[in-house]
Amino acid sequence: MAIDWLAFTPASSLAGGALIGVAVVVYLRLAGRIAGISGVVGGLIERAADWPVRLAFVAGLVVAPTLWLAFGGVLPAASGQGWPSLLAAGLLVGFGTRLGSGCTSGHGVCGLARRSPRSLAATLAFMAAGFATVYVTRHLIA
Amino acid sequence: MKPKTVAVAFASGLLFGVGLLLSGMADPAKVLAFLDLAGAWDPSLILVMGGALAVALLGFRGVRAGGTTPLGEPLNLPTATRVDGRLVAGSLLFGAGWGLAGLCPGPALVRLGAGLPDAALFVAAMLAGMALHRVVFR
Repeated sequence: MAIDWLAFTPASSLAGGALIGVAVVVYLRLAGRIAGISGVVGGLIERAADWPVRLAFVAGLVVAPTLWLAFGGVLPAASGQGWPSLLAAGLLVGFGTRLGSGCTSGHGVCGLARRSPRSLAATLAFMAAGFATVYVTRHLIA
Repeated sequence: MKPKTVAVAFASGLLFGVGLLLSGMADPAKVLAFLDLAGAWDPSLILVMGGALAVALLGFRGVRAGGTTPLGEPLNLPTATRVDGRLVAGSLLFGAGWGLAGLCPGPALVRLGAGLPDAALFVAAMLAGMALHRVVFR
């Protein structure tokens, strides 16, 4: 393992993470809900009764880049990935997060903060699969 | 549905999205550099998760199911406790997709809002994957 110190952004990553933390705390303590993005979106697909709340959360995420730009932020670049891998990745993420009842936010942040054993298992599983997939695509078949 | 709850949801989503942009998680190249342990490894995402987790651990203190929020909303907490095959299999599939494109649901929606073309296709496929799950499991 070789750490890429030039790419390492400790201050902005820690500050951004803290903002995410504040967002999930506000959503739970005021709206009474777990800020798990896959769960929020999944409920929209299933036409849950509280869809306006879910749609508002998603709208906030979608509007975020506009606010970010207004404050002088720089948007990340297009990924340049081909459509087959984007399509496969999207299908896996959509199906997998519903089957596993959560994603990086619901399990990785909210669930771990609730000290949920299920979320710990889920987080270890998706991290391991993420590491393994990148190893395969970048070092075995690249 | 209280209008205040909808407003809080919008503000939470907005703050979450800005956090993703500031942290670097909305950049798939950075996510993939974190997941690439055998390459030029970028450890930044540990701090994203650590920062979010530290704040959430403190902020979730004392939250109990069955209570209500100051807005009068019931506190909806997950009740499942058993680690089962679906949880693990689903999380493995999710992790494989995450490692393939460097995108998870939150950053994908933020990128959609930024008008990045990769996100449109990914989000469409993600919604299809969620719909497929609904068809298969109900």
